[in-house]
Amino acid sequence: MPKVLVDGQPIEVNEGENLLEACLNAGLDLPYFCWHPAMGSVGSCRQCAVVQYQSDEDTNGRIVMGCMTEVKEGARFSLETENAVQFREAIIESLMLNHPHDCPVCSEGGECHLQDMTVMVGHRDRRYTGKKNTHRNQYLGPLINHEMNRCITCYRCERFYKDYAGGKDFGAQASRDRVFFGRQTDGVLESEFSGNLVEVCPTGVFTDKPFLAHYSRKWDLQSAPSICTGCGVGCNTAPGERYGRLKRIHNRYNYDINGYFICDRGRFGAGYVNNKERIDYAGLREVDGSYSAIRHENALATAGQWLNDKRVVGIGSPRASLESNFLLKHWLGPANFSSGLSDAEGPGMKQLIKVLSTTKANVPSVRQMQSADAILILGEDVANTAPRISLALRQAVRNKSFSMAEEAGIPEWQDAAVRNLGQDELSPLIIVTSSESRLDNIASHIYSLSPDAIADFGFSLAARLDGSDIEDEMVCGVADILSQASRPLVVSGIGSFSPDILSSAAKVADSLSNLNKKAMLSLCVSESNSMGVAMLSDEHTLSLASVMEQLDDIDTLVILENDLSRRLDRSALQKLSESKVNIIALDVIENSTLNRASMVLPAASFAESEGSLVNFEGRAQRYFPVFEPARDRLPSWHWLIKLASLDNDNKLSALACFDDVVSLLADSDKKWEEIVKVAPGQTFRDRGQKIPRQTHRYSGRTAMNASVSVHEPPQPKDNETALAYSMEGLNRDQPSTLSPYVWSPGWNSNHSVQKFQSKVDGQHKNQTPGIILISSNQNGFGESVSYERTGALEANNWTLIPIACIHGSEELSSYTKEIAELSGNAFIAISEDAANALGVLDGDGLQVIGGSAEISLEVRVVDRMAEGCVGYSVGYEETLSLAPGQTVRLAKDASWIRSKPHLIATDGASEASLGESLYV
Amino acid sequence: MLSMLRTMWEIFIHLFRKAETVQYPEEMPYLAPRYRGRIVLTRDPDGEERCVACNLCAAACPVDCIALQKDAREDGTWYPEFFRINFSRCIMCGLCEEACPTYAIQLTPDFEMCEYDRQNMVYEKEHLLINGVGKYPDYNFYRVSGIQTATKDKGEAINESAPIDTKSLMP
Amino acid sequence: MSDLMLVLLAVSILAGGITVAGVLVWWERRLLGFWQDRLGPNRIGPFGIGQLGADIIKLLFKDDWVPPFADRFVFVLAPTAIIASMMMGFAIVPFAPGVHIVDLNIGLLFFLGMSGLAVYSVLLGGLASNNKYALLGGLRSASQMVSYEVFMGLSLMGVVMITGSFSLVDIVEAQEEVWFCFSQILGLFVFVIAGIAESHRLPFDLPEAEHELTAGFHTEYGGMKFAMFMLGEYLGLALISCMIVTLFFGGWMGPSIFGDWVPPFVWFSVKVIFVINFFILLRAAIPRPRYDQLMDLGWKVMLPITLVNLAITGAILLWMREVV
Repeated sequence: MPKVLVDGQPIEVNEGENLLEACLNAGLDLPYFCWHPAMGSVGSCRQCAVVQYQSDEDTNGRIVMGCMTEVKEGARFSLETENAVQFREAIIESLMLNHPHDCPVCSEGGECHLQDMTVMVGHRDRRYTGKKNTHRNQYLGPLINHEMNRCITCYRCERFYKDYAGGKDFGAQASRDRVFFGRQTDGVLESEFSGNLVEVCPTGVFTDKPFLAHYSRKWDLQSAPSICTGCGVGCNTAPGERYGRLKRIHNRYNYDINGYFICDRGRFGAGYVNNKERIDYAGLREVDGSYSAIRHENALATAGQWLNDKRVVGIGSPRASLESNFLLKHWLGPANFSSGLSDAEGPGMKQLIKVLSTTKANVPSVRQMQSADAILILGEDVANTAPRISLALRQAVRNKSFSMAEEAGIPEWQDAAVRNLGQDELSPLIIVTSSESRLDNIASHIYSLSPDAIADFGFSLAARLDGSDIEDEMVCGVADILSQASRPLVVSGIGSFSPDILSSAAKVADSLSNLNKKAMLSLCVSESNSMGVAMLSDEHTLSLASVMEQLDDIDTLVILENDLSRRLDRSALQKLSESKVNIIALDVIENSTLNRASMVLPAASFAESEGSLVNFEGRAQRYFPVFEPARDRLPSWHWLIKLASLDNDNKLSALACFDDVVSLLADSDKKWEEIVKVAPGQTFRDRGQKIPRQTHRYSGRTAMNASVSVHEPPQPKDNETALAYSMEGLNRDQPSTLSPYVWSPGWNSNHSVQKFQSKVDGQHKNQTPGIILISSNQNGFGESVSYERTGALEANNWTLIPIACIHGSEELSSYTKEIAELSGNAFIAISEDAANALGVLDGDGLQVIGGSAEISLEVRVVDRMAEGCVGYSVGYEETLSLAPGQTVRLAKDASWIRSKPHLIATDGASEASLGESLYV
Repeated sequence: MLSMLRTMWEIFIHLFRKAETVQYPEEMPYLAPRYRGRIVLTRDPDGEERCVACNLCAAACPVDCIALQKDAREDGTWYPEFFRINFSRCIMCGLCEEACPTYAIQLTPDFEMCEYDRQNMVYEKEHLLINGVGKYPDYNFYRVSGIQTATKDKGEAINESAPIDTKSLMP
Repeated sequence: MSDLMLVLLAVSILAGGITVAGVLVWWERRLLGFWQDRLGPNRIGPFGIGQLGADIIKLLFKDDWVPPFADRFVFVLAPTAIIASMMMGFAIVPFAPGVHIVDLNIGLLFFLGMSGLAVYSVLLGGLASNNKYALLGGLRSASQMVSYEVFMGLSLMGVVMITGSFSLVDIVEAQEEVWFCFSQILGLFVFVIAGIAESHRLPFDLPEAEHELTAGFHTEYGGMKFAMFMLGEYLGLALISCMIVTLFFGGWMGPSIFGDWVPPFVWFSVKVIFVINFFILLRAAIPRPRYDQLMDLGWKVMLPITLVNLAITGAILLWMREVV
């Protein structure tokens, strides 16, 4: 490694990095604003100034920007010399000229990068006596709060929103000291990554609005390492709790998956944990259909009558932890277990696991996807089903400009230069989907095909790559692009509920792998533990349909965190309601399945319990309780042990703690062996102590409960995990899976994450190795696929295509107020041609008639849609009766009343003048 | 040896000095305004609560006896939804007053807070809030701060210029 | 003196001794208060004298608790030993001509013996408490006692040599012309210091040094058992004061210039009160030495001084006998 001299001290640096990174890696505190580890340098804020010397004799040196200076063997720098110190202080002083006196009422206070840097350079008193510039704020939607006065014009927000995340409706405006960052007019930010502005902004211009409504300082939050349950990507999160309320979710750095950014569903979608509809106590259904809360021991006694010597069938859930699902299966036996996946999804997941365990291609982590230089998306709307992956794909298409930069001798971190050089040159991204996608604007080739046609295309493409003589222009073109790439990536998934598409993706990936060892295949799944529950399924596992068929032979049904109304059709639900079967339902929040249950048991949410989730690549990850479950809530795995223990012979009653469940799971099958290595067990101690969930500055300990009783209760004991509900202990270099929050002396903001990394943007200092539970035998998917194709449709017959929506399609997050506000109405998406044919406009109503269903939905006219297809928003209450692939007829609903546009609130003063422009 | 004798003599003649003892409660001691006794929350000159629920007092408190939760008025200004001091833990160190950026929390020269029931030492906001400005008569945080309030538009705070017109093309 | 009178005297000395010790607690606190520009306990009764009663009531009503880890029998026995031995010491003190319980011809030795016994109280209390602070306190007490007992006894030998008798009555009468505080100034000096050490008074209260040992040997004691230790200490103070007056300040005899209209007992009392106040002043003024300093002082300063005193006294006596 090359060495450079910093203030006379030699420090080792990595080839090609800039001085700022080198200093941070060496543990030196060099202030900065505009540089971001994921976004590179632009040298605009002038904050990381250092003095560089030409030689030993040079005593004056010259001021250079650390982030713009590449380190070279033997180079001499000084951070401490008076010139540099004064320069940096002067920069902060100028930045603070217009900074308002807001810290006490700013929700960035206490985790503000600007505060940290100001303290770091030692600036204290404002000498300038002139007036401060002010700005009007904008309404940016229910998620982001805007307070423009606080801006220090580092341009990071724009660089993230436009350059990194591909947003279009936000940017810098005006010139000189009038620069303003926002939208053209007030309105909801369109990007699904807008929440990252909260963390990207070094000060309080963009803050978390739901968090602001129930604000607590960072040091007062009790945090635990957690995993996002919003989709199957498994981003790492750090939820924070105070006064029994889940306050906010921050990104938790994970090198392989989410890095520094998560999507808005992940950041804002967990508000349901505080929902009033949460289940607090066990409930027993009375004769009149109402529920009465009962003590949990009484509930268990009643449950005992329903369980002993009876046929009991358990329905698992793709949103419950692996351990809970496993306990259910283990307790009731494989033949009495259903995975809880819908009948549309179940076969697809089975296929998906088969593909992953046979594919010749590499299954990449999210970060590895970023290295792809040609991407084929087959039938998956990645931006909505796995948003974080779409963000990685946005970076991957820049690989073209990176290779151009390399030829020109420009380092990758020279962001402005690389973008200037690359202009619109992007690596090829081929999107083959049924409907429009938010990635369309960076795609080189876009094809709209029906799901069957996508599968056909995939098979032809695979054949072409294998050398078959196929003349289709489209297939050949795509095959050429992919075969020329050095790291091609195929992305597909379960999003269109078509096993055929998965097979075709597998074939393409195998064919590519035959040509190129570095080919990658990534398959998206729909829910946080779809993969886990699918892996638990075996040949005995019942499908939901067969459970419904056998309903009369079943005495008791145990439903684990699963709203069956989202997975069963109407007739099956009707049958369930009418049957005499006793239903014991465990869930976190009120839903229509609970209304059918004979007994409801209150389950703890992800924020109050521990468990493992398996993500789209088969990576098992552990989430930990952030706070104690309130009232009678218990983690589902705990309820299941209690239920199983009602039968005294049952071996589950010997399970004393969560680690026992994990070891039982590990022993149950070879594929689960590694699950014990996912995270350290509850006996783990760091220098003799558990890892604290609270910061060392956690306040109010002796007063927060004093209104109830002045006698302070002891800290709750956590007997299940290696974390403690305490301030005592160290949060420093424990395994990465046990890292509840980031903080380092002098670094109160989330930028302190670099103190936990082995190097800037690198692995965690004490990285727990990722546990991938699915390994491929590399034999290739192989089988020749036979399938039926639906024939040509009659006039006005349309095939339904599922359209996932980032806000609204996912079950639990849609119980969050802000997400519900953003999700809007359920819709039917049609192409412009179809709209013309049907005589409807955007916002009109369409009757959807198919099978037994006849519903009216709002029309959304989309840019592209495969011929003969219409899309419908999945996961919305109104569209639960529709099934993917169903053939429906459409007719204009004359009685439809167009919904009014949202009235946009502003920060007051200019409401009248803005009013006109609001109705767009 | 001599120094010991001298010491004994020096001590001995204290017998004829007047005692410093103040015969409380018959005789009340003089307590300076800066005396650190019972904590109060003050109001600004306009009669609004000064506390903006910034949590700095709670963070500064060495015995963690202050707990509060931020809430906001309709115009977006912050105030504490609840503000609780557990005086049975309070050591009257005054760090909360030093930390307070709005002069809201102040210690007063009142130390007579004995209770037979410890629960009565828990003071909520209604017990803490006084109808006065305390030691600092003029300060109103929201007049200085850059955020907009019901009575103050952007740019109307002390030392602020009018909001910028981003559409302006003037150099 | 008749037997009845003797019994009455004994009872009144017993009652008086305890009362004096009790009053001393209050008096010391008051006096210390004055010397520290405070008032001391002044709230109960006139001048706060009621504090004495309040303290007793409080101590009586305290839980009579024996720690479960202590040696119960010895633990209870220990505080009684100090009271008993100190009270016995008063038996030989001549308060006025003919007013004494017994005039032993080995009176002085009896006194030394009794004050030596008092150490058992502290030692046993410390050991029985089964507590490291108490144990250290007990150990310190024992070695302090052993060391200072040596020259305490020797320092009195000058007096004995001059008088030619161990009887305290004889010693008092031998001071008719000149008090021994003049001729035995070195003996007086050593005896005062050894006396403080013997009664564990400040500045020599190392067995209970609260900065190091919590409360030393009586850490585990509370209520009346603790009160007995306190009482013992103040009885010791009173006894040492009586002995100093008897041995060096002419006992009941007043200076001849005052004639004999002042009753001897008053003279005795005035002198004793003076000495007690002196002890309290010592406590108010002198800081506590380190333990090794205490031992150094004993063996390297006090012992030589005593020996020199003995040699000089002996030489002078021999020389006077020759001359006479």
